[in-house]
Amino acid sequence: MIESFLYSVIISGTPLLFATLGEIITEKSGHLNLGVEGLMLLGAVGGFGIGFATSNPILAIFGGAFVGTLGALVYAFLTVSLRANQVVSGLALTIFGTGISSYVGTIFVGKKMPEVIIDFFKPFEIPLLSKIPFIGNILFNQDLFIYLSYIIAISLGVYLYNTRFGLNLIAVGENPSAADSTGINVTLYKYVHIAIGGALCGLGGAYLSIVEVPQWQDNITAGRGWIAIALVIFASWNPYKALYAAYIFGGLNIIGFRMQNLNFSQNLLDMLPYVVTIMVLVGSSIKKSKNNAPPKGLSIPYFREER
Amino acid sequence: MKKILILLLALSLVIGSFTGCSKSEDAKTDDQMIVGFIYVGPIGDGGYTFAHDQGRLYLEEKLDVKTIYKESVPETQEVEQEIRNMVDQGAKAIFATSFGFMDYVEKMSNEFPDVAFFHCSGYKSTDNMANYFGRMYEPRYLSGIVAGLKTKSNKLGYVAAFPIPEVVRGINAFTLGAQSVNPDITVEVVWTSTWYDPAKEKEAAISLLDKGADIIAQHQDTAGPQQAAEEKNAFSIGYNTDMKDMAPKAYMTAPVWNWGPYYVEQVQNVIDGTFETHAYWGGMKDDTIKLAPLTENAPENAQAEVDKAEAKILDGSLVIFEGPINDQSGNIKVADGSSLTDGEMLSIDWFVEGVIGKIK
Repeated sequence: MIESFLYSVIISGTPLLFATLGEIITEKSGHLNLGVEGLMLLGAVGGFGIGFATSNPILAIFGGAFVGTLGALVYAFLTVSLRANQVVSGLALTIFGTGISSYVGTIFVGKKMPEVIIDFFKPFEIPLLSKIPFIGNILFNQDLFIYLSYIIAISLGVYLYNTRFGLNLIAVGENPSAADSTGINVTLYKYVHIAIGGALCGLGGAYLSIVEVPQWQDNITAGRGWIAIALVIFASWNPYKALYAAYIFGGLNIIGFRMQNLNFSQNLLDMLPYVVTIMVLVGSSIKKSKNNAPPKGLSIPYFREER
Repeated sequence: MKKILILLLALSLVIGSFTGCSKSEDAKTDDQMIVGFIYVGPIGDGGYTFAHDQGRLYLEEKLDVKTIYKESVPETQEVEQEIRNMVDQGAKAIFATSFGFMDYVEKMSNEFPDVAFFHCSGYKSTDNMANYFGRMYEPRYLSGIVAGLKTKSNKLGYVAAFPIPEVVRGINAFTLGAQSVNPDITVEVVWTSTWYDPAKEKEAAISLLDKGADIIAQHQDTAGPQQAAEEKNAFSIGYNTDMKDMAPKAYMTAPVWNWGPYYVEQVQNVIDGTFETHAYWGGMKDDTIKLAPLTENAPENAQAEVDKAEAKILDGSLVIFEGPINDQSGNIKVADGSSLTDGEMLSIDWFVEGVIGKIK
């Protein structure tokens, strides 16, 4: 019972994980992108469309990431090059992404992913690892897309904390003018990481439309993009912590179904994810430390001339 | 220069997002009447709104009218704006298809007395505002028969939306239908508190399958639960529209809406000037609702049993909520020889015996 629950938790947390990682990398470059929901929907329609047209699972993954990147580049152009207000641009991106995905999605109404792709993303066991008692089956008997999410989360962590590029990125997010003066190309860093962030958000949406519910459903994300933005704070901008943040919220989202007959109030169960969010926000603002503070340059447009 | 660029980009974003919302089809000829539809969800939901839109298309096909529609209208004052907008475009009849539109439609019906308003699933009406809905519990009963004949574990799972009478009535009818062919059946209910979240509703169905249910029925507007059954090699009953393409190995049948005939009849009345306000609760005999054709996943004898029960419902010899009916704790709720009135059905707040779950 617990095992099957935890197994579902991983699945339910995966779209959140992708989107949270995407938003972390974006915010690390000093840009608050509220367009996550829109980017996820763009990724969902892009991944579904390309998967549907080509019946090629690899292309479908790339399709989701690519369309997410395109959306993020629009945002990057607005906020990096034109220095437009980041909050407004992000909100516009959400409206834009939602509109485009349902407009393009009208072609796919009632359509299903081709069987080839569904089969490709069937869960399979990883030798040895899946034999670990208890967690083996939960973590290592999943589909390829989920393994991809583990790899991306861990490599993002390594990238951010253990490579020169990652440390440069942190510098750009904390204090762009200082980074600029050491010769880091601030604009390039911002563009690249906003684009990567968009690709990851796109993957989150694509997971929903390609694997989790492999058929076209308009507005398939149903608000997950907004939760991802909150999860970034929960994870205190750390890709490793994003793993457990996403799974905790994935779990809270579905725990209700398994507790309903244990005399728990349904309304309280529905409230849980949001109550936890508020508690975490309160907790993290009481306990201020360098480790859980947002990047200092977050949402401040960078003007080189103002140095 | 930069400001102009920003403005242009912002403008193109805005225009881009509009293209997804509103569309009117075909050029209009002068004497065509315009009929407006206001939907709560996207047509692409493949469910509730999709079914209403099928009715709209049927109307266009049968009558020489022009239709306009607006998708994903929130249940807020925006409804009033949309109605004003449609009246400005010349709409003479407007269908608003969600419960939460009710008060706004009522207000607008007083403001535009020359326009005929139709509101789905509510209970208010005015001189020029009718309300309409369907007795979905009738085909749900039939779908229960199919599930009851199919199950091996005698445990059915029901992915329910919100604890409101419409949903509770459906669960009860489904359970009674299943028990009519197999008295040992229990129906386990989980609430998702959503109408539209495919991934979450799929997870809800998986939790039921993990608990031993082998058939999944649902009340939401997505096909998420169908996918769960398909993946776990179980079987499923859909809702709203025929969902056989969504889950070809699992789907057996679905209680579905068939709005076309009602829309044609009412719009014809408006054209003829014979429109009268009414409260319409269409049943299977009116063809507003029906059971979708059974697929090969359904058990062999199901078609015969369904036909038998359907004939009895149509001729009135089978009344679904006819006593004796017990509630979950075994107390008699409907005495032998009596049956629930429409009013009682519309406010039902208890589960019949055999349902596992709580109404909070």
